Amino acid sequence: MQPQPKAAAQSAILSLDAVTKEFPGVRALSEVSLTLYPGQVTALIGENGAGKSTVVKILTGIYQPDGGRILVEGKPVTLANAQAAAAHGITAIHQETVLFDELSVAENIFLGHAPRGRFGLIDTKAMVAQARDILTEIEAPIDPTTRLRDLSIASKHLVAIARALSIDARVVIMDEPTAALSHKEINELYDLVEKLKAQGKAILFISHKFDEIFRIADRYAVFRDGQFVGDGAIQDVTQGELVQMMVGRAVDQIFPKRSPRVGDEVLKVVGYDHPTEFADINFTLRRGEILGFYGLIGAGRSEVMQALYGITKPGKGAVRIDGQVRVIRSPADAVAHGIVYVPEDRGRQGAITALPIYQNVTLPSLHRTSRNGFLRLAHEFALARDYTARLDLRAASLETAVGNLSGGNQQKVVIAKWLATQPKVIILDEPTKGIDIGSKAAVHEFMAELAAQGLAVIMVSSEIPEVLGMSDRVIVMRQGRIVAELGKDEMTPETLVRRAAGIGETE
Amino acid sequence: MSPTDRFIPDRLQSPLTRRVKSWETLLLAVAVAIFTFNAFASPYFLNAWNLSDATFNFTEKAMIAFAMALLIIAGEIDLSVASIVALASTAMGAAAQIGASPAVLVVIGLTVGLICGAFNGLLVTVMGLPSIVVTIGTMSLFRGISYIVLGDTAYGGYPAGFKFFGQGYVWWVISFELVAFAVLALAFGVLLHLTNFGRAVYAIGNNPVASLFSGLRVGRVKFILFLLTGLMAGVASVCLTSRLGSTRPSIGFGMELEVVTMVVLGGVNILGGSGTIPGVVIAAFIMGLVTFGLGLLNVPGIVMSIVIGALLIGVIALPRLWAMWRG
Repeated sequence: MQPQPKAAAQSAILSLDAVTKEFPGVRALSEVSLTLYPGQVTALIGENGAGKSTVVKILTGIYQPDGGRILVEGKPVTLANAQAAAAHGITAIHQETVLFDELSVAENIFLGHAPRGRFGLIDTKAMVAQARDILTEIEAPIDPTTRLRDLSIASKHLVAIARALSIDARVVIMDEPTAALSHKEINELYDLVEKLKAQGKAILFISHKFDEIFRIADRYAVFRDGQFVGDGAIQDVTQGELVQMMVGRAVDQIFPKRSPRVGDEVLKVVGYDHPTEFADINFTLRRGEILGFYGLIGAGRSEVMQALYGITKPGKGAVRIDGQVRVIRSPADAVAHGIVYVPEDRGRQGAITALPIYQNVTLPSLHRTSRNGFLRLAHEFALARDYTARLDLRAASLETAVGNLSGGNQQKVVIAKWLATQPKVIILDEPTKGIDIGSKAAVHEFMAELAAQGLAVIMVSSEIPEVLGMSDRVIVMRQGRIVAELGKDEMTPETLVRRAAGIGETE
Repeated sequence: MSPTDRFIPDRLQSPLTRRVKSWETLLLAVAVAIFTFNAFASPYFLNAWNLSDATFNFTEKAMIAFAMALLIIAGEIDLSVASIVALASTAMGAAAQIGASPAVLVVIGLTVGLICGAFNGLLVTVMGLPSIVVTIGTMSLFRGISYIVLGDTAYGGYPAGFKFFGQGYVWWVISFELVAFAVLALAFGVLLHLTNFGRAVYAIGNNPVASLFSGLRVGRVKFILFLLTGLMAGVASVCLTSRLGSTRPSIGFGMELEVVTMVVLGGVNILGGSGTIPGVVIAAFIMGLVTFGLGLLNVPGIVMSIVIGALLIGVIALPRLWAMWRG
């Protein structure tokens, strides 16, 4: 672990050259380039879905690129798996650290490359001693024999960093490392980043927080929709320019034209508070309106919606539906009061994938299709056919298991399920995440149709074009609080990003 | 978006075709094969009274198995059922000692079953504990109470009218237990396959989270299933106690595994989500036929349990082997 001499800034330690990665129906990365220099922190910036995580996965050997080259010190390499990436000195510290709670700190640090003694057994003494050296080097006051589960999240990050150093890493990728840390811990992390820089390591720093990017990064690289937009030295750029690069695109999707007729207030949320997830949430929703909720991942949008839907319990606060105060203790209560929720995690929370389409659609409406608690299949098929046809569902038959459908069609089944309950308020959480363009358009068109029919729609979305294209009004959340409410004429990509990231208005 | 240009059919396969290709059809073939084998193997097999006696091998277990099938389909399990049988029997025995009437005994038996089921259900649904752990615990707890009450002794002296539930015949060779078995099979079959409640059971077993998000009252459904399982253990206890005429704390020992075997043999996925009552009914007959046939051939009990075990693994593995061979 000798500190490497600070190399000349020109010689790149790692670079991506025109790397492309495709998934069925999506081009996640399109000929992107990225260059990392020793002793420098490069901030990778982009919206959700810009391709940042895909880059991390390619650099750590989890994904293989479909085109382009990866160069380590100028020589093309193949990172076939995580071991190969580690062998080239590339290591990643993730948002949620991938460590083992039941093992000791030293075992975590040296898992897979522990010092060996006689008979090839792990030399525990040497391992603990080396672990102690590394921890001392990064000034982490952690005993290497402690079990990991007994450490705080911040200390676990330190262990992850120690692990990165133990493999003699030359490139350290930090994927939103401060997301789960307190203010004090964040400052300690910054100090650590400075140390790693001094040792000549190249750091790829992924973050949504502009203040920290400007504090610790030397260089930046911006991605947008899987494409490289630009890079350069951080002192040559302003926050405004970065935001512009992140969002400044021609809106290529076509959104349905709407002339909203906003009616009476249907939902009023007053003073919703949760001990850890959100605080002081107040908003109203009217008939025929599409209300967008924008924010960064972890801003508490889904948590608010799930509280509203009776999954989690808010500490305090009240809900009025059609002017009546209602208590929602469970999703069953919410559905009974006309609030339905299309969750983000379709496979786990939205659809029951092993059951046929018609049974998924009728599940919350069985009281209407049945008589005296007895199923009436003909009525079920009729209801399912009615609502799935409206959404232009494509399937072999209504008895097809939902798991056999594409993501977009699964989403249509979930939406059909809720429409069949004839709700007053429909909450859509990332309704078009991970679905193909065609289904996206169908979902958008249908949302517009629902609003036109007088339904109140809440759309939680992290996609700026979708928020701008669909919403009549947008609420921006940041760190569990509502930080802005913007009308149609106040919505611009820049304001959304600024408010969500907490960038001051004055700039 | 015009709804008519792309028509999605309700079904691609008629319900009849589906039934012919089902697990139940395979089981039925196995049952017929065993029946035929037994008929040739022993001259005493094809005798109405002998066959009637043979049904006692499975009727009580099957009553519990019906409720257990629903519970397992919903993704839970109750391993304490045999101990509930013992505790309910002990309670009835104690009541019989102070001269309780048959009707009162039945009420006591069923009530103890319900209370035990409610206890299991509360621990699982309110406390959120895993049912396999909870019911292994209550398995020891419930039977432990019987051992404390009875020790080495036994309760006897049940009133004459109480004999009917385990020893009585409704008509010719048709016993009360067989009738109860048939009625309960029908009732549970209807509950699981034809009602909203049954649909909820399948949904919860396939994905409890999505079921909750779909507005089902998941906890309530599971609690009701634990209640039903306890109640059925109470019913089985009434029949078994009546048939034996006495209560020892070891009554029904090991029954829970035979019940679970019956349910799994009947095609219920042990991980939840799928299975049918007709499957469990046929599995009950198969287990009864095998036990009875081997008994006629003077095969000792320990060998019988080996045969049942082999049958279970064989029937479960065959389709998988078939698919591997084809595939």
